[in-house]
Amino acid sequence: MLSKSFSRLETRYFYALVALGAFFVFLGYLAMHTMEEHGHIVTGMNNQIVWGIPHVFAIFMIVAASGVLNIASIGTVFGKTPYKARAPLAGLLSIALLGGGLAVLMLDLGRPDRIIVAATHFNPTSVFAWNIFLYSGFFSLAVLYLWTMMEKRMNVWSKPIGFAMFAWRVLLTSGTGMIFAFLVVRQAYGSALLPPMFIVLSFAWGLAVFHVVQSAMYAWNDKVIDPAVQKRMKNLLGVFVLSSLYLVATYHMTNLYFAKQTGFELFILRDGGIYPMLFWAGYVVLGSLLPLLLLYLPGLGNTKSVVSASLLVIAGSFALLYVFIIGGQAYPLSIFPGYEVNSSFGDGQIGNYVPSIYEILLGVGGLAIAFLITIISTRVLNSLPQDVAVVAAKNDK
Amino acid sequence: MKQVNLDSKPNLDRRDFLTKSSVGLAGLAVAPGMILFDLAHGREPGEAASNLVRWGMLIDNNQCETGCDDCVTACSTENGFSGGTKATDSQWIRKVQLKDNLTGRVSSLPMMCQHCEEPPCVDVCPTQASFKRADGIVLVDKHICIGCRYCIMACPYQARSFVHEVITDQKTEVPRGKGTVESCTLCVHRVDKGETTACAEACTKAGHSAILFGDLNDPESAISKRIRAVATTQVRADLGLNTGVRYEGI
Repeated sequence: MLSKSFSRLETRYFYALVALGAFFVFLGYLAMHTMEEHGHIVTGMNNQIVWGIPHVFAIFMIVAASGVLNIASIGTVFGKTPYKARAPLAGLLSIALLGGGLAVLMLDLGRPDRIIVAATHFNPTSVFAWNIFLYSGFFSLAVLYLWTMMEKRMNVWSKPIGFAMFAWRVLLTSGTGMIFAFLVVRQAYGSALLPPMFIVLSFAWGLAVFHVVQSAMYAWNDKVIDPAVQKRMKNLLGVFVLSSLYLVATYHMTNLYFAKQTGFELFILRDGGIYPMLFWAGYVVLGSLLPLLLLYLPGLGNTKSVVSASLLVIAGSFALLYVFIIGGQAYPLSIFPGYEVNSSFGDGQIGNYVPSIYEILLGVGGLAIAFLITIISTRVLNSLPQDVAVVAAKNDK
Repeated sequence: MKQVNLDSKPNLDRRDFLTKSSVGLAGLAVAPGMILFDLAHGREPGEAASNLVRWGMLIDNNQCETGCDDCVTACSTENGFSGGTKATDSQWIRKVQLKDNLTGRVSSLPMMCQHCEEPPCVDVCPTQASFKRADGIVLVDKHICIGCRYCIMACPYQARSFVHEVITDQKTEVPRGKGTVESCTLCVHRVDKGETTACAEACTKAGHSAILFGDLNDPESAISKRIRAVATTQVRADLGLNTGVRYEGI
């Protein structure tokens, strides 16, 4: 099936892509090696901004990993046939993205060589520690889920495992949101809105990644996605992008309403230089409004505009995460409310951060890991979504 | 089994204690493995810290002189770090200049780990590397810190530093390491020997005596008496962390 459609030339292209992915993984390795040898001094991070661009990459991939699995859940848990056909690909993508994201997160640690300590010294009150458990559980469940879908004899288990997977992914993305929601003193964080916001963001980001990969696979195999399925899926992306905008707006509106938070909001939304620019131009316009136009304007909404919209949603997600993670740390802590403060340690000052090439390459290396896992596994395993036209049309009501 | 003396007058020094409670002492002497715990002095090597003590500091903002940073220098010297002020340099204690937005009053104070009773850094640490000792001192176990920096994100006082570079010439009493997080140890190595902190000592030497170190659990200690007598503040008391470092005059 899949192998038949690959001519000799296509095989060469495939190996070229593998080589390209491996090259970027290697660059990521070199970056990691430099960071480990010299310390975080080679990054742009400092004592005010302790989580930098690697966290933007890692959190994007981890959130998108659980979001992409949503496609499988719509099929398995909610019984929508066109999505059922996409469940194996969704499962593979979620494993690939989680693998890439976790690699970046771990290799950005001050002591990545001690990662095993995270398993041997477990702190039950730490959200980070919960997440280690949630990530490994997600990984195992995703592999199990794929097995139940791809091995005929295991098919009967696909539904219960799919349900467990759905519950687990909700917990996992909540856990990612909680990493920030539990930081009571940082003005950007400490909001109960963050876990649900991350869940909705994950829907949009995961589906955007899925659209890109699905379209690439169809084009590679010289096939066309059933228009009815394509229409459903692009409308769903539009709904998710709109819901994300709603929750992001709610988060900022609640902050704007609290006088003690106004300074922070004005910084992020108006006065903070790169942060308001990335928020408005990057996330709102390029990452949300333009994709919505591409998806919904009459005459648009074909494969090309869906892929463009998806790529823009992904770019917008990086802009939003940059503002959220780095902008959130750049704004100084309110240690002495009502006082103007300054010190040698950044009190009362906006934190400075310019990402270095090493940390960017570490993040790109993580994306390359996800890319490699995706192209190899989609070639080795039969994961190209196969639609039965009648079923797709019937489900389109 | 180890036991500690729960005498209700922990302020008595060893000699007084021996004299006044000879009957109790006789009982303790025959019980094998029992420890006569003397709260007024440092700990013996191998002896566990006790929650009968809670070490803390009282900082008098009125006595703290703007422009003086003897406490900061003493801390760097004592703990063996550069004293540099680049954004990537460790600063366990810093002088913060304050200007009241409403009144315009200007003052200055030293800021460091507040040694909270409910430390957020300890709650969030995935590996239990951040921990609070029984006597209230919040520390980082450098052997199990993986350098995730979550504690830095969680600390309300920006009291923690991440070691960004390779470290050489460390002091044997103050272990540090690249890729791990560190903060004020309340000079635990001195406190365990019955001494005061380097910052408090330097402040007294400079003639300001703005930093008073002592046992908050001992009602007869100078710090406890002072806290009873004057109005003191915990920074960000609204967070309910019950800090071990208190301030006077802010």
